[in-house]
Amino acid sequence: MIIEKLTKKYDGKAVVDSVSFEIPKGKVLSLIGPNGAGKSTVMGMISRLIAQDAGLVAFDGKDIAKWKSKELAKRLAILTQTNNIQMKLTVRELVAFGRFPYSGGRLNEEDEELIDKAIEYMELEEFEDRFIDELSGGQRQRAYIAMVIAQDTEYVLLDEPTNNLDIYHATNMMKIVRRLCDELGKTVVLVLHEINYAAFYSDYICAFVDGRIAKFGTVEEVMTKENLSEIYHVDFEILEIEGKPLSIYY
Amino acid sequence: MTLILAVCLFVLSGASLFVGVIDIEPASLMTGDARQWEIFILSRLPRLLAILCTGVGMSVAGLIMQQLCMNKFVSPTTGATISSAQFGILLALLFMPGSTLWGRAVFAFITAILGTWIFVWFIQRIRFKDVVMVPLVGIMFGNVIGGVTNYLAYKYEMTQALSTWLVGHFSLVIKGRYEIVWLVVPLVILAFLFANHFNIVGMGKDFSKNLGVHYNFVLIMGLTIAAMITASVVVVVGSISYIGLIVPNVVAMFKGDKIRGTLVDTALFGAIFVLVCDMIGRVVIMPYELPIELIIGILGSIIFIALLLYRLQHGRKAVRLGGAGTSGCAAAVSHVGGGEEK
Repeated sequence: MIIEKLTKKYDGKAVVDSVSFEIPKGKVLSLIGPNGAGKSTVMGMISRLIAQDAGLVAFDGKDIAKWKSKELAKRLAILTQTNNIQMKLTVRELVAFGRFPYSGGRLNEEDEELIDKAIEYMELEEFEDRFIDELSGGQRQRAYIAMVIAQDTEYVLLDEPTNNLDIYHATNMMKIVRRLCDELGKTVVLVLHEINYAAFYSDYICAFVDGRIAKFGTVEEVMTKENLSEIYHVDFEILEIEGKPLSIYY
Repeated sequence: MTLILAVCLFVLSGASLFVGVIDIEPASLMTGDARQWEIFILSRLPRLLAILCTGVGMSVAGLIMQQLCMNKFVSPTTGATISSAQFGILLALLFMPGSTLWGRAVFAFITAILGTWIFVWFIQRIRFKDVVMVPLVGIMFGNVIGGVTNYLAYKYEMTQALSTWLVGHFSLVIKGRYEIVWLVVPLVILAFLFANHFNIVGMGKDFSKNLGVHYNFVLIMGLTIAAMITASVVVVVGSISYIGLIVPNVVAMFKGDKIRGTLVDTALFGAIFVLVCDMIGRVVIMPYELPIELIIGILGSIIFIALLLYRLQHGRKAVRLGGAGTSGCAAAVSHVGGGEEK
């Protein structure tokens, strides 16, 4: 997936300004940066949720806008935090929607099998028949991830998956992200606020400031004292824990 | 549960055929009493069919609108659909005084669809944070349209002609004057076919796009179906409020929001509700008849207040009756729902 000179303007002001990068296949890429840096907007544009004003998103060599919606849904999944959580669907019904691009409303045996597997993978068997509006935030997030797994796409895009989760559930979510990549071979792109999660669980980091890419590289390349101070305008120290550079800010 | 509802509806339908001012006995029908057969074919049967179509149609229209607007308090009444349809009927009476039922229906279809679209466009532009704001805006919008309708009716001395469509009743339903309401049947079948699409759109715009569902197309199509169902009921029997609001909510309490699993129950329950209200209206001041809108208004507002109180007391989470103790039962119910899908 190649992103070229992507631009988005709101009221004449560029929120995303000529952003170009390439998403490394089979890796976890985290988009970080201060509020309003444009990371979520970039995520929206590369997943065709938001239309860009200029630039190109090429997916598998073809402009993403030219893809058939249903075909793209079999290759790329996007999960945002804007879903209607009052809907009384059971976990299984939600996960079954992941098969919608393949078989519409009629599920065949293969679909049922994949739904079972996704529920099992997210350890949701005991909640299978519970309504999603009765689950805790962490369980509900896992149900959505199970739907994405049932959708069986090569690319998985997650917009702030740890939002509103406590430390335990957020850490679990990041471990799940890692497994999506390592065990299921998916390319995962995340928008994250918590930079240490980005550092510990991703392969690459793309840091945004004011709608432009400030730094793009492997975790080790981006996570330096100088880079982070420049991006966030606060003082940083870098510690190495389990071979990963983690940051302390104050 | 579906089976129980179906049996109830069947028994009540049979009873409804033999309730009325003129006694009709199954026995004399069997012996071929010509006069009794005439009443049966001309009045009783059309009335029953109109009641069934009204109950099914209005509750399914409400279900669709609630899903698409992501708001449990939206319905043909609180979404300005009914008042728009009435406005259309007035326009037809004004501009085509000699118009047939079909002519009026066309006007009602167009205004009902436009009115509903405008309402939904409006609530999407504003993005209310508070769920109660959406139906309030709908009620206000409906009242504005109703005001214009009344003003025009006064000005052109149409109030009496219009009153038939302002208060819903089944007493004018006879053979040859009600067949438009049959349109409800294909429209409900269409709604059933697109049930999963409506569910997905009800989850949100991003959610729909992720699954490759065209959000705006499904939204507009669903609203059009709901508006057409409503208009075909309003043209024949007049305004019937509350059903579209209450019936889907009560069914969802027990069975959740997966439309494929709830649509049949919603339709059956809606039909039973209207049928019972109609029988009450016919029996209380016999040999006269109360308009069904009155009975439904009284029963409906009581149930509606009960619903609101229940939600306030138990919070959003416990809308399912019984709470934790019945979770096993709910699980069993949703298994049945899953079975139907396969």
